[in-house]
Amino acid sequence: MAMAKKFLGFMQGWTFTAGSNPHSSPGSNTMIQKHRILVCKMLIWVAALSPGSWLVAGLIFGWLGPNPIESLTHITGMTTLVLLLVTLSITPLRRITGWNGAIRLRRPLGLFSFFYALIHFNIWFVFDQVFNWRWMVEDIIERPYITVGFSAFIILIPLALTSTKGWMRRLGIRWTRIHRGIYLAATLGVIHYYWLVKADVRLPLLLAFCLSVLLIYRVLGWLGKRRRTIARSHGSNIS
Amino acid sequence: MIIRSKKASDISSSEITPPEIYSGRRRFIRDAGLGLATLALGGTTLSNEVSGQSQEIPARFRNLKSELGEELNSYRDITTYNNFYEFGTDKRDPSRNSSEFEPEPWTVSIEGHVNKPGNYELDDILAPVTMEDRIYRLRCVEAWSMVIPWYGFPLAELIKRVEPTGNAKFVRFETVHRPEQMPYQKTGVLPWPYVEGLRIDEAMHPLTTLVTGVYGTELPNQNGAPLRLIVPWKYGFKGIKSIVKIEFVDRMPTNTWKMANSFEYGFYSNVNPEVSHPRWSQARERRLPSLFKSHETLMFNGYGEEVSRLYAGMDLHRWK
Repeated sequence: MAMAKKFLGFMQGWTFTAGSNPHSSPGSNTMIQKHRILVCKMLIWVAALSPGSWLVAGLIFGWLGPNPIESLTHITGMTTLVLLLVTLSITPLRRITGWNGAIRLRRPLGLFSFFYALIHFNIWFVFDQVFNWRWMVEDIIERPYITVGFSAFIILIPLALTSTKGWMRRLGIRWTRIHRGIYLAATLGVIHYYWLVKADVRLPLLLAFCLSVLLIYRVLGWLGKRRRTIARSHGSNIS
Repeated sequence: MIIRSKKASDISSSEITPPEIYSGRRRFIRDAGLGLATLALGGTTLSNEVSGQSQEIPARFRNLKSELGEELNSYRDITTYNNFYEFGTDKRDPSRNSSEFEPEPWTVSIEGHVNKPGNYELDDILAPVTMEDRIYRLRCVEAWSMVIPWYGFPLAELIKRVEPTGNAKFVRFETVHRPEQMPYQKTGVLPWPYVEGLRIDEAMHPLTTLVTGVYGTELPNQNGAPLRLIVPWKYGFKGIKSIVKIEFVDRMPTNTWKMANSFEYGFYSNVNPEVSHPRWSQARERRLPSLFKSHETLMFNGYGEEVSRLYAGMDLHRWK
């Protein structure tokens, strides 16, 4: 409980200080920019905390049914994946709309995604594995869907820890490389979901489709960039 | 052959079931009305809030436990947490989506290697049999479990009546196919209709039960009304619901889950803590409504004494 509080405190610090950079946008637009980012952040907080609040209320009022752990596990896992995909859609959103301020929304979204992943993992460890390390390790080794899900969670840990401005500065170019781990984490997360569903794979397939669109967008971007670089270097050779 | 009534904590059906509901129970409840039934049995009302039904639970279930001393799950738990994919894949879907389903009138087609095949009205099937309460553990392959007081009769009684021939090596069951009343039959999440099967000796075993009720009251639609199978030493999915066809065949039938995923689900599907499932460790289970998956799973779901002889000499790691 204390840890969760500390984590929330951290997140509050990260998310709200991130929006207060005075050099973000020049001239009279700064106020509008700041305002817009603040509103978006508030929306993210409300949206991201609502599945959690619904679950807590469900536990209190008993509407999660006879097996609340199943609902808790499912909904925290689902929220993690959806938030990861929303995080991944910030860059395309920024490119397509030309609104550079959107980049400020990436950190709170990513951290909320990790927050749910952390709860998801802990529910599994506490209620399914009953604090038993041996059972946990067995499950991770023997069950492929848990292997990939656990790997995705492990990959997200350094990303959450290095999401502060300080770490960004300290790591420099390496920060971008480390944070490309989100592509792998999201892919493993969606595979985790696909593999654990018994028969009705429609929802995992929908998530897989969204993820592929987001990944293809990156691949096309990189290919385009590479082509432009090659063309430029060829051009300079000829002249 | 086991004699169930010899078990110390077993309740003998003649002791607890009033004779007027031994036979034609559905008709009795319909004619007498639920209110009168309650007066007669001195029951308590437990409501099933999700489907808006209110059921009278006969007094005989108060303080009743399983033969291992386990508490019974509540009527509400049993009727709101169901795997019945015909009505949806979420556990709450069946209780929410099954109100349009019509379990009456009901006919079961009995086919294959039997001397007396034909379409049997459910009332005709129930008329000669002895209905009794059967408190069984239900162990789902998803590693949760409940303790449920079913109401029904041994499948063996029906089988003897239709006289299987020497070629009847297996029994194949089919669920009704009514996409207009079972919304998920319009999707392709599973191949419909749902099929299950038993070896003939498993089907004849006295623990194998055809169920028409729970807690002494009519089986709700979400639990497989009006007629379902319960094989307590096997995983829950073997307990096929809303049965319309029972076929006696000479070859091992392919059951639906094996059809959907033969790597994970076999024909036998006996509860076995030593045989791991690719998704769920079968060594432990969550005994609902407990939050922790800490209940040790027993071989054959605790019915080994009665059923292990059926599998003598078989490699149960191979015959999953």
